[in-house]
Formats: sequence, structure tokens, C-alpha cells
Amino acid sequence: MFDTLSDRFDGIFKRLRGKGRLTDSDVDEVLREIRTALLEADVNVAVARTVVERIREQAIGAKLSQALDPSQQVIKIVSNELTNILGGQTLKITYAGRPPTVVLMAGLQGSGKTTNAAKLARWFKSQGRQPLLVGADLQRPAAVEQLRVLGRQIDVPVFSEPGDPVTTAARGLAEARRLGRDVLIVDTAGRLAIDADMMSQVRHISESIEPHYTFLVIDAMTGQDAVGVAEAFHNTLAIDGVILTKLDGDARGGAALSVKEVIGRPIAFASTGEKLDAFEQFHPDRMAGRILGMGDVLTLIEQAEQAFEQDSAAEAAQRMMDGEFTLDDFLDQMQQLKKMGPLSGVLGMMPGMPKELKGAKIDDDDLKPVEAIIRAMTPLERRKPEIINGSRRNRIAAGSGTSVGEINRLVKQFSEMQKMMKRMGGMTMGKKGKKKMPMMPGGLGALKGIQPGGGPGAFADMPFNQR
Amino acid sequence: MPSIYIVLSVAVVVFGVGVLLVSRKRAALSASQPPRALPGTSDTTAAVQAIVEPATDSLVEQTGVEAFERPRFRDRISKSRATFVGVLTGVRGRNGITDETWDELEVALLSADVGVRVTDELLGGLRTRVKSKEISDPDSLLGALQADMISKLRSDDRTLIFEPGEPDSPNVWLFVGVNGVGKTTTIGKVGAQQRHLGRSVLMAAGDTFRAAAAEQLSTWAQRSGSELVRGSEGGDPSAVIFDGIQSASARNIDLVLADTAGRLHNNTNLMEELRKVRRVAGKGRGRVTEVLLVIDATTGQNGLAQARQFAEATEVTGVVLTKLDGSAKGGIVFAIETELALPVKLVGLGETIGDLVEFDPREFIEALFSE
Repeated sequence: MFDTLSDRFDGIFKRLRGKGRLTDSDVDEVLREIRTALLEADVNVAVARTVVERIREQAIGAKLSQALDPSQQVIKIVSNELTNILGGQTLKITYAGRPPTVVLMAGLQGSGKTTNAAKLARWFKSQGRQPLLVGADLQRPAAVEQLRVLGRQIDVPVFSEPGDPVTTAARGLAEARRLGRDVLIVDTAGRLAIDADMMSQVRHISESIEPHYTFLVIDAMTGQDAVGVAEAFHNTLAIDGVILTKLDGDARGGAALSVKEVIGRPIAFASTGEKLDAFEQFHPDRMAGRILGMGDVLTLIEQAEQAFEQDSAAEAAQRMMDGEFTLDDFLDQMQQLKKMGPLSGVLGMMPGMPKELKGAKIDDDDLKPVEAIIRAMTPLERRKPEIINGSRRNRIAAGSGTSVGEINRLVKQFSEMQKMMKRMGGMTMGKKGKKKMPMMPGGLGALKGIQPGGGPGAFADMPFNQR
Repeated sequence: MPSIYIVLSVAVVVFGVGVLLVSRKRAALSASQPPRALPGTSDTTAAVQAIVEPATDSLVEQTGVEAFERPRFRDRISKSRATFVGVLTGVRGRNGITDETWDELEVALLSADVGVRVTDELLGGLRTRVKSKEISDPDSLLGALQADMISKLRSDDRTLIFEPGEPDSPNVWLFVGVNGVGKTTTIGKVGAQQRHLGRSVLMAAGDTFRAAAAEQLSTWAQRSGSELVRGSEGGDPSAVIFDGIQSASARNIDLVLADTAGRLHNNTNLMEELRKVRRVAGKGRGRVTEVLLVIDATTGQNGLAQARQFAEATEVTGVVLTKLDGSAKGGIVFAIETELALPVKLVGLGETIGDLVEFDPREFIEALFSE
């Protein structure tokens, strides 16, 4: 949907190429693009402004005009800057000398406090602790019931009683002491930051239980308002860390940057799915790439490692580079790919994908005819598609319920893909992992089916060797 | 380093598959002119409109209006206007239109989540008019901006569609949206309001995923005097909603409000489930007259992606913008209305039942601008 930052830069730097020096107005133009990218990712306007100023200083210092690939260099500066902001100090949980360690959850309505209270409890349990959950959201109908159900799922006791949330929280603390639980997690009602009564209520809760950690729960889809919300909660409660939720969506999550920049407290955890184990410590470098729309290669690798059978994938890759990749292999890899979840999601995580692919609405069902065609081929045809003649084509078309034209297209594109793989293999072989993979730009051009935007941005910034 | 190989092969396969699919789509598109989008939509709407009896409809609404005191946007949004108004005072205070003027307007619009694109459109148009001397002072500039913003929200019909029909054929309103936007609460409020209009209401607890979602809806059903149909946790939402509709039909209930589990719009499987819910809801005796997408006013630019995906999956008929009484300004509705032509029908201005009101663009924008 959005242009990636590298797409934006390519145009500018192409024009600047051949110019000996970058003028101030050139730099301004680049910075404007950075600002737009940040704003489209929901980074707060004021935060975007200060971030861009800091990038300006670095960019000027870096003597861009001398650089071989200024576009990549600027992207690197930007992504480093974002990683620095998002990272910085991390939150290390230490446990109270006199248990329980008390944790308070706060945030707007619908940000995911109750679910993440349970996720956090599960996390503490995995650290060998014995948490107690307290349901102090007496506002939303059935919020306590929700917490109880979640508590049963993770086998963590839940305390709550009707009445007043401040008392309930205090009683929860007493209950934790009585039961000898060493971590107490208090879920509170969602509240608007501008609702004075509710904010003072949560302050009373905080004063009565004196939490060691107060977490602000923020939805990754939040827009400009994230800053105001974070400031208000921070002023009322002194936030220790942020839990960023719904990161499994496709929001760029600029709110994370805004919040971190404004309250200076680390983003401690990220919630990445509906299941209770979809909860992890926050990775600032991944978030930086995501905000910039550079794809999320590390997550992609993790998912791939889970979905793909390592041996068969390695073998397939080897055959690809030797130019022996067959339609059978293709079918096999496609099956494994499907296990990684929706195709559009996988595509979205690939950095440098040409716009035609990123923007295309890709439905997993669209794969079915392709599969059907390959399955309707004989083993020999799958190995040597070039033997497919007129009568074979008719047979395959009838067998797969497709048309002759579709089969032609598939075969033609497959052979182009093979050529590309071979070329790529040639490039990667000698200098494995040494060089950034320059394979795609030229290689992709071979696929005439579409005209990829290509250019230096495409795939060039895959950080295979960054760590 | 096996992971490099894996990624390599994934990259190639993903890319290959992507190229294949895109080129297939193109070929298919050029081959068959009218794409298969929304088969028969126009027919059904035509047929449906024929059944509408406006007389009864407006009569019912009139009786109900007094039941709630409608809160005014201005009162409710007032707390949140601070930054916007601050900027406007700055703009008004200047003698002419300067660079700072444009800067401040841009910041104001962007801070309201209006988005880069719509902001550029709005200010671009104004810049030309200032250049041609059509506009020369700050006050008329603000007036023109306000007018342009209103004209961007030009959907003509924002009323909820209720079509009287056979007594055993209830209207069905389906509520969809991402997690935590307030679907269940909105159903509670809509249910209570519809009860005040004299309609009998049944709530179908189609959120079988979130723990205790059905309990939450059940509380709302009791408060509003509505019936409730629920399934087992983890059950098939389509079945629960279908049962709800059949049960409403058997008891001659006027309106079914169907809740669904929150889901992220990029989750293919869950969106597929929702597609099925939408299909099945139209299968029995009920008529699906509204599919309402609930969006949280704090949502940033991702709101557009949400609206696009949900509209594609379920033929959304309108938007409910919740939590507008907070400090968020809900500017994403400009992009949603202009790019997807989905009308915002209801706005949540507070926690009580009467705080869910019809959306009025003029009031919405005037509230932002007034001091």
C-alpha cells in the first residue's frame, strides 16, 4: 500500500546522480521523504520532526555525495536512528526482595490489557514464578470473567471481587501474600487519558498497591494520539515499560517510536497474535525496519524455519543454483510456503519487493490453479516442461480444468524463473554470505510477466550479514 | 548457514509465485471484461429498495427520538480539541498568510490522523486559491478549509437501514472489526436504542473466540431487554448467527444484531471465516441490511487498510467510529470516506447508551474548528 522508503529514495537519487555535490535543497527533499514515510507509519508529527532533524545532522556529516550508493546509506542512517530510539535501555525485570513483585496494567479501552495480563502471567510462569492475576476491571461487563477463563487456560489463579477497584486491588495484594504467590498482576479498566475521574482512580489503585512495574498497554495501530495518551498515563502513573499489542496486524507501528521518544521508557514486550503464547520481548531493530516499510526479514526467517523442512529446503536451494530446480520442487516448496500463513503476509515481509507484487491482492486460492496444472502433468513433464507439446497441453488443460493459455504462461514463467535462479546461483556461490545479495535487480528483470520497480532498492538491503 | 539457503529458496519461491499470480490475474482481467466482483449486488439492492416503506420507518423513529438526549459533538469533543484550536488561534492571530500558517495547518491536520495524502490534497487546493488571490486573509482561509473538509465527507445517506418486511423475516445487522474497537459495546448501545424505537431485538453472540465475550453481550442483552442466542466457546460463529436469525424468525423478532470476534484484517483464515459468516447470515429467513465496520478513533493510517479488507470480505455498508470522546480526532474517516466511499453512520461520544449518535459531518468538523 505504501511505497517503501527505498522506492522513494531511488527516484530522488537517480536525479541527483552525476551531480558532484548535494545542495541543501537536495538534502531537504530527501528529508521530506523520510518525514512522509514516518508520518504514514503513524509516527507523531512532532516526533517525526525531531527525528528528521537528527537525521539531517548525520546525513550532512556523512558526506553523502561521495557515497557509492547514497540511497542505501541514507536508509542505513535512518534505520540506525530509529533502532537507537526504539532500543536504548531495555527493561530488565528484577524481583522484589519481599514478594510479591507487583505489576499494574493500564491503558485505553480495547488496547488489550486483559489478554496481555494473562500473557504476562504466562511469561512469568515460564520464568519459574508463581503469579496471581487480579481482575480490577469492574467496569466492562464480563471483563473479570474473561480474565478467569484466561487464568484457567494458563493455570494461574485469578482474584477479584465486586465493589470498588481500589479495594479489590488492595485485597488482591493481601491475597497474594496469603497464598505465597510471588508475582501479582493487576488488570484495570480501560480509560481515556482525558477522563479525570478515571485517571485519579487508577492513581489510587497505584498508590494502594505500590507496583514495582507499571505497564502501559498500547495498540500498534494507534495513530497520532499515542503521544498524548502516553504522556497522560506517564504523568499519572510513572510508566516503567510499554507493552505493544496487535503487532500481528499490518500497521507500521509508528506509535511505538512516538511513545518511546516521548516518555523515554522502553518497550518491554510485544504481543504478536491471539494465542496466549504469542508474546515476546521486543526487538527494536525489527520494529525500525517495519516502520520504514523495509520488510521484516528476521521474522520471515523465523517463520520459514518453522514451516520449511530444513533439509528439503536446503536441497531445493542447491538445485535452484545448479539450475536443476523442477516443477516438482516448485510444487513442494509452494506447499511449505503455504504453511507460513497467508501469502500476502509473507510477501509483505519481503524487503524490496516490487510494488506490483506488494500492492497486488494475492489470495491463497489463486495458487490452486497453478497447483492443479502441475499436478496434472506427468513426472517427466514436471522435470522437463519443454517436452510439453500441443496434445500434452490439451491433456493437462483438461486434467486441471484450466486453459491452454494458462499452461503456456506457467511454463514460460517457470523457465524464466529457472534462468534467474541459475544466474543468482552463479553470483552467490563464490562469495557466500560475503556480499549483499545483488541478485534480484538484474535477475528480476528477466521475468517479463511484470516490470518490477527493481532498482538498487530491490532486495539489496536484505540484512543477511548484519548480525 | 542453512537459514540462508532457506531464505533464498523462500525468496525465490515467493517471488515466483507472486509473479505467477499477478500475471494470471492480469490475463484473467483482460480476458473477461466484467470481473466477478459482487455478483448480483445491484439486483438485490434494487429488489430490497422496493420493499422499503418509508412511512412506517420514519414514524417509528420519531417516537424514539425523545428517549435520549442527544449529546452534542461540541461538548464531547471539546476536551480533545486543545491542539487543533491552539493552532487555529495562531493562524487567526497573524496578519496575513505566511509560511508558518501553512506549517501550522499541516501539523493540525496530520495530528488529527487525517493522513499525509488527504492533508496534501486539502492544503494544495487552498494554496492555489491563495496564490490566485481568491483567498487573502486567515479567516477566509480557515473558512475555506472547513468547507473543503466538509465536502470530503459527502456520503448522502447515513441512516441505519431497517426494512420492514414479513414478520418472520428479521433485519440482520452484522458488526465486524479488528480486536478491541468496541464491537460488543456498540451492539449493546444499538440494541438499547432500537428497543427504545419499539423494535424487538435479538443479539447473536458470534464472538465465540474471546473469553467471556458472550457473557459481556449477555449483560447488554439483559440491560436492553433483548433476546440472546449464544453458542459454545470456540464454536462456529456462522452457526451461532444462523441459529440466532432462525430463532428470531420463529419468534417474529424485528432485528438481529450479530456480534463477531475481533480479527486483524490481514489474517486470511479469520477473514475467510468472516466471509462465511456473511454468506451464511443471508441464507436463512433474515435479510442482512447492514454490515457495520467498527473503527476506533485512535486508529491511525492503518484504519484505511482495515476498512478496505473488511469491505472486500463482507460488503460493509457503513462505519461506526468509536471512542471519539477521547483525545483522538478520528481523521482517518476522511481517507475511508473518500477512497472507499463508506459512509460513517454512527459515532461513539461516551460510555452511556445515549452517547452513540448519528454522524453529522458538519457538526464533526465545526466542533474541531470552533473556539
